[in-house]
Amino acid sequence: MHELSVTQALLDLVVERAAAAQAARVTDIYIEIGQLASYVDESVQFYWDLISGGTAAEGAKLHFQRTPMSLECTGCGTTFQPDGETFSCPACGSQQVQVTSGGEFLLVGLDVEKAPRASKVEV
Amino acid sequence: MTERIAVVEKIMGANERLADQNRRRLDDSGVIAINLMASPGAGKTSLIERTVTALRPTYAIAVIDGDVATGIDAARAAEAGATAVQINTGGECHLDAVMVQEGLDQLDLKSVDLLIIENVGNLICPAGFPLGAHKNILIASIPEGDDKPYKYPGMYKGVDTLVINKIDLRPYVDFDMDYFQRGVETLNPGLLTFPVSCKTGEGLVAWHTWLKTLLS
Repeated sequence: MHELSVTQALLDLVVERAAAAQAARVTDIYIEIGQLASYVDESVQFYWDLISGGTAAEGAKLHFQRTPMSLECTGCGTTFQPDGETFSCPACGSQQVQVTSGGEFLLVGLDVEKAPRASKVEV
Repeated sequence: MTERIAVVEKIMGANERLADQNRRRLDDSGVIAINLMASPGAGKTSLIERTVTALRPTYAIAVIDGDVATGIDAARAAEAGATAVQINTGGECHLDAVMVQEGLDQLDLKSVDLLIIENVGNLICPAGFPLGAHKNILIASIPEGDDKPYKYPGMYKGVDTLVINKIDLRPYVDFDMDYFQRGVETLNPGLLTFPVSCKTGEGLVAWHTWLKTLLS
């Protein structure tokens, strides 16, 4: 959902953090997307390729980690991922379950190259 | 040589920060704000009309209405007695904190008790854009079917309160309330729920009473 504007938000955040670290170039970007967060990796990549040109993050590789929706059975404590239509616990069959994760959309980290230091010249 | 920088920051943090700012502004003026979300046609505007009519004698009510086009819903709210602001989103399928800020700018908040924000009809996108409201409320309706919690988990998980509208239609459509409630309970245990009919008035007293407790 809204991958162009979220990709722009991602780019802004990456460029800001790279500048703060005095990085010359961003090589890799690590993103976590939860199942409940409704963002599509391929679409983010698509817009990234379109808008990151001319920035320190141009050419950076995006790495997506998907966090599936995770449920916890309040009866027996089993954590599991729902298989679509039913949310009941696969261990004990209880329907008293809670969502514990799945809504994330995080910039986890970046790999950057710092500006090269001047090398010492041997005379 | 490459260096790893840990960030762990929400990519959509900018909207959240502006939503917080909207919220502080509402609190400073003593306004309670609710964000109404639903599919098109579920009954957002009807619920607003009923609510404004019932509460207007005692409370000053403003409505910010978000729609892609027309001023139809703001006009209905104004007809019922609210101070209404229409935001046309220019094609955007949800309200965001920026648009709500623009709506707040058009209101004299000191003279408002209850602000009702009517979001664009949409079960997906509004859930991802907090506005700064005190309560995020989903209106589901009987004719939409009983599988919607399973199909739209982000929305059902993200709201504080659920209104089930058009309960007068239960004899005429297939709707397994147990199946529906199980889906709701999984995503949002104990979600406060108001079964109502904006058409017959059934269930609205409980809804209005609850709003009054928010306003007191």
